Amino acid sequence: MTNLLKLQDAAMIDISLNNESKQIAAHILLSDALVQWGFGETKIAVAINGEFVPRSTYGEREILAGDQLDIVKPVGGG
Amino acid sequence: MSYTPTLPAKDFILYGETFSSRFLLGTALYASPRLMRDSITQSRAEIVTLGLRRQNPADRSGDAIWQFIQESGRRLLPNTAGCKSVKEAVTLAEMSREIFDTDWIKLEVVGDDYNLQPDPFGLVEASDILIKKGFKVLPYCTDDLILCKRLVDVGCEVLMPWGAPIGTGQGLLNRYNLRTLRERIKDIPMIIDAGLGAPSQAAEAMEMGFDGILLNTAVAKAHNPPLMAEAFADAVDAGRKAYKAGLMQKRQTASPSTPTIGQPFWHQ
Repeated sequence: MTNLLKLQDAAMIDISLNNESKQIAAHILLSDALVQWGFGETKIAVAINGEFVPRSTYGEREILAGDQLDIVKPVGGG
Repeated sequence: MSYTPTLPAKDFILYGETFSSRFLLGTALYASPRLMRDSITQSRAEIVTLGLRRQNPADRSGDAIWQFIQESGRRLLPNTAGCKSVKEAVTLAEMSREIFDTDWIKLEVVGDDYNLQPDPFGLVEASDILIKKGFKVLPYCTDDLILCKRLVDVGCEVLMPWGAPIGTGQGLLNRYNLRTLRERIKDIPMIIDAGLGAPSQAAEAMEMGFDGILLNTAVAKAHNPPLMAEAFADAVDAGRKAYKAGLMQKRQTASPSTPTIGQPFWHQ
């Protein structure tokens, strides 16, 4: 049982999504994660660890343990 | 009958595009999306500013604002508001370019939380980086002449000096600096951005020869934002006409406007 839990733990990674801690499955692509999180149809832009991630690369970028994701949407601004 | 303007009347050209309205409006702080939409309409603005913020996918509260902004058909000028470093501002500008499909960016690098004063050093560095990446940078800057010259040196074709700190409504706090800016930098369009609270202040800036006005709070926080938007639009137009017409020189002593010759009841 303990070993099984360890295996499960190993399959999950800790990340930060918009400054909130989150556990997600390891080896998941950004494009899949965005759909899971409900951003699939939304107009958004993404940065990981402070670096802009172009939309065209979402399907290539694997989310890694410790990644800090910022996902932004349009708002009114001055 | 035609009269020759006493001062050069240049078109309002920003990065090669000519605009008929010299009033740019922000889209934040309105009590409702409808008030924002109606204010944009009444302002006659052709350019509106907007921003990007973290949002939960389930939070649809900003959707109506974004929909109205899109429907307005105005040119979008996204900002990097709240960024405190060059890296943050550059990253947010890149995110804006993708999401809004425009290389125009109102560049803000905040240097101090108390008065949201632009960081001049970060502003020049970020402008340099962004211009090399193909952005058209409209920097929100202070009224410091040397800062503005450095921004022009790195390729900014528009400057947006403050009238006063953002949201204060204090008007033109440093007329000497602003006049000096206008005198020393004649060929770069300059838009007074932020700090104005009343249409009279916008008119004064335009009378001084500034090319445009950008504001948000003074309209959004008025009791009747659409009416205030119209008032600012009228003031910007009036100030521009006054600049083109050429203001009279101030005098210390009174001078009668009605002819003194023929004055009745006067006997030597």
